[in-house]
Amino acid sequence: MQGIGEAVSLAIQLVITGNADLFEIVALSLRVSLSATFFACLIGLPLGALVAISRFPGRGAVLVLMNALMGLPPVVVGLLVYLHLSRSGPLGFLGLLYTPSAMIIAQTILIAPIVAALSRQVLEDLHGEYAEQFRSLCLTRGQTVSALLWDARYSLLTVSLAGFGRAVAEVGAVIIVGGNIDHLTRVMTTAIALETSKGDLALALALGLVLLVIALGVNAAVQSLRMSARRHAYV
Amino acid sequence: MKLSHTFGASLAALTIATSALASEQSIIVQSTTSTANSGLYDYLLPLFQDKTGIQVNVVAVGTGQAIRNAQNCDGDVLLVHAKPAEEKFVEAGFGVTRTDLMYNDFVVVGPTGDPAQVAGLTDVQEALGKIAQAGALFASRGDDSGTHKKEVALWAETGVDPTAASGDWYRETGSGMGATLNAGIGMGAYVMTDRATWISFANKQDYEIKVQGDEDLFNQYGVIPVDPGKCPSVQIEAAQTFADWLTSQEGQSAIAAYKVDDQQLFFPNAPKN
Repeated sequence: MQGIGEAVSLAIQLVITGNADLFEIVALSLRVSLSATFFACLIGLPLGALVAISRFPGRGAVLVLMNALMGLPPVVVGLLVYLHLSRSGPLGFLGLLYTPSAMIIAQTILIAPIVAALSRQVLEDLHGEYAEQFRSLCLTRGQTVSALLWDARYSLLTVSLAGFGRAVAEVGAVIIVGGNIDHLTRVMTTAIALETSKGDLALALALGLVLLVIALGVNAAVQSLRMSARRHAYV
Repeated sequence: MKLSHTFGASLAALTIATSALASEQSIIVQSTTSTANSGLYDYLLPLFQDKTGIQVNVVAVGTGQAIRNAQNCDGDVLLVHAKPAEEKFVEAGFGVTRTDLMYNDFVVVGPTGDPAQVAGLTDVQEALGKIAQAGALFASRGDDSGTHKKEVALWAETGVDPTAASGDWYRETGSGMGATLNAGIGMGAYVMTDRATWISFANKQDYEIKVQGDEDLFNQYGVIPVDPGKCPSVQIEAAQTFADWLTSQEGQSAIAAYKVDDQQLFFPNAPKN
């Protein structure tokens, strides 16, 4: 286990010495995955809420599909986005391939189903409690959705964190559509893959530890936000 | 309203980020992994950028994938090492011209135990034959890369069809050079690798070069600007500038000057004009 000790000291050294390349890569990782989480929530939360409160034929099949899409392989998402954004693809004229935007698009597609499927479950349970009340108030569908989303906001925060976790940890999609270009599209996971392929396992593991700490930081930030909001609510 | 405001801001940020990229003169090089993993680009590209102001973005994938990406017009320059495939690429109209750039050589690395007793051989076909006969583990790229194409050709010359033993002693990893070395070293298999990747590879453990020095292990790299006739998005001027610089005396000396552990990794051999 000598490798792990070496990796830990290397990780600490990288952070303490303020390695500029590392900060650039960390910043891009956060920018890409937080943006993707934002867009995925924008799509997934209303979608999950709508499915949660609606009854329609084929609803069972939609639920199965939504849940199954949570298991989308990142490489497949990467390939699909690559084929569309490639210069020879239908959206090639946008010139987005090998840019952070392409990586945001791929991760959004990857995690939107997670946000939609999990929020659907959360909101459906909540709706079961409130359905009578909503009916008596004659709320429109839009009002019902926004009331549910607001009431479940803390649970949905956890849902979005699940999405963020998936986005920041995946390598298959971003390495295809981003290309792992130094100073342009290199993020934590693709840097880890690169160092592994160079045989520099200690550095790869050190980067992995840094990534873990970042994920911890994001989750802690959200948690403290949640707690302070709760405190304000009870004042 | 707050939500839609944030959404608008994010979209604007995305657009700015993208347009900032477009305004700066930059090209994409679809490249083989060995030139990137060995650190050659980290050495060469700043020199080129200082001189021309052109930003070079490298996408390092296997030669097969690099060629396919370039055929999809997703690159301005192709820099790989599989001459027949490169010539086909140019013939099909995707490349302007192919120029020899530099060479190094392939080597076969193996564990100190040397189960097939191939250490010191300079005849690679003989070595491969002994590995097959002994049924010693051999890890192949199996990914249609330049190195894999070369390895397949060498097996054919040896008269052995290793794919018959695929999953047995012949292990196709379907991964890049570094990943294949990691896997091969992990299972005690022989691996054929380009010398540049091997010298700069950090996880060698008890492995060393067993077979080298055969003329058949020669590894030629070529550079090809992608043809704007097929791919109008190609920045041909910048792409040509890059290819010309690499093959110029200045570029060639820079390639020769790049060393890892005091060893020269690539040997320039562009035709002098």
